[in-house]
Amino acid sequence: MIEIRNISKSFGQKQVLKNISFAAEQGKTTLVIGESGHGKTVLMKCIVGLEEVDQGAIFYDTRNFSEMNTKQRKGIRKEMGMLFQGAALFDSLSAEENVAFPLSMFTDMSEEEKAERVNFCLKKVNLENANKLFPSELSGGMKKRVGIARAIALSPKYLFCDEPNSGLDPITSLVIDDLIKEITQELNITTIVNTHDMNSVMGIGDKVIFIYKGQKWWEGNSKDILHTDNKEVSAFVGTAKVLKELRK
Amino acid sequence: MIFYISDIFFNIGRYYMLIIRTFSKPEKNYIFRKRVFEEIDTLGIGSLPLVLIISMFMGAVITIQAAFGFDSPWIPLYAVGMTTRDSVILEFSPTLVSLILAGKVGSSIASEIGTMRVSEQIDALEIMGVNSPTHLILPKITAAVLINPFLIVISMFAGIIGGWGFGVLTHVVTPYEYLYGIQYDFRTFNVIYALIKTVVFAFIISSVPAYHGYFTKGGSLEVGRSSTKSVVYSSILILVFNFILTQLLLA
Repeated sequence: MIEIRNISKSFGQKQVLKNISFAAEQGKTTLVIGESGHGKTVLMKCIVGLEEVDQGAIFYDTRNFSEMNTKQRKGIRKEMGMLFQGAALFDSLSAEENVAFPLSMFTDMSEEEKAERVNFCLKKVNLENANKLFPSELSGGMKKRVGIARAIALSPKYLFCDEPNSGLDPITSLVIDDLIKEITQELNITTIVNTHDMNSVMGIGDKVIFIYKGQKWWEGNSKDILHTDNKEVSAFVGTAKVLKELRK
Repeated sequence: MIFYISDIFFNIGRYYMLIIRTFSKPEKNYIFRKRVFEEIDTLGIGSLPLVLIISMFMGAVITIQAAFGFDSPWIPLYAVGMTTRDSVILEFSPTLVSLILAGKVGSSIASEIGTMRVSEQIDALEIMGVNSPTHLILPKITAAVLINPFLIVISMFAGIIGGWGFGVLTHVVTPYEYLYGIQYDFRTFNVIYALIKTVVFAFIISSVPAYHGYFTKGGSLEVGRSSTKSVVYSSILILVFNFILTQLLLA
């Protein structure tokens, strides 16, 4: 479980996050939604420690991440996996080398054990035949899937996905969503996903947090979000629904 | 004005902090060793053809200019060989070749690390718990510090051979006098002085561009700017440290 308690973050004079609190439960997918530029990515960066919070605290299963030193954080980071918006694969490594990277860094596995684990992870994302390809040879969806495979290589307890569907077609988006849901439930991990895709909200959101102007504006589940009276949430969901109808 | 001064101090402080983080124990020694050898190949062996070409022509020009300048019956012809040797060893090979490497190697380091920064690859390393400066920058600094002295020694030989070849071909000096000149009053300390300079320049060439790349913010435009800035700053630092080291070691 990850608990976020009253966190705030400013860049210079601009306050990006204001007093945000929520909890992400184990075995469930928590979706952070909202319009672009309202603080979703900064929130995720604060949760994983890429940005320091000005106020508040982040707890990983009762361990206060905000008060830890670099060495202590390193221990928790080995329990984290993250899928970045652009997948952030290492350009100089092939798909299988990317997945093997955390294993080489943090385990004493033999080459055979590593190869077995890499194959398992790539198979999980249906990419067992693309293991020799380099990131420049992979499509956007494939990159994201390799990113997921790399994120789960060390069997993390916490999975973070920043805009996993951005730049992907609806079918590939569904594949990625299904993968995230499957991995979360199968490995019983705590997953937080940043998205503005309503299809993801309806498909995989066990819990939904709506961020508006740096504040937590609404919290609920994916069913409630369709019937909320909250003006901003309705506008966000409504726009997505209109687009959906138009597509039909 | 105050802004520029505070900006200089801010950058010096941030560079120092980065170097402190860089010199930490690598996560896995065998991965570090592998990366050092890869960097030696990229930064060192990859620069060898350029170093050879530049050094040979540099030696040739020094020989011809020296012969032109020493056109007097009072100055023996072997002075041409001696001048070429000392110019190449003391200044041209360590400083000029380092300046050229600052352009070639420095821009490549800054753009590589800068691209990794803007495409969130460095964030990915940090999330995994990898100390990104140690993983990315330390192998480059180690490789440059190890391989650059060899490159400079090769450059010295190439420069002196270039001077001999072109000097003889253009009839400005005879082979015997040139060979006598390059052996006359040879001081081993000059080579040591050149190698000390090379090691310091190698550190600058690898760490300053790495710093600019590591703190790149934005997109491809900023990666280009970081690359340019890194070449400018490392070149200036090479010249400043050239002066300081010369004063310390030769004065």
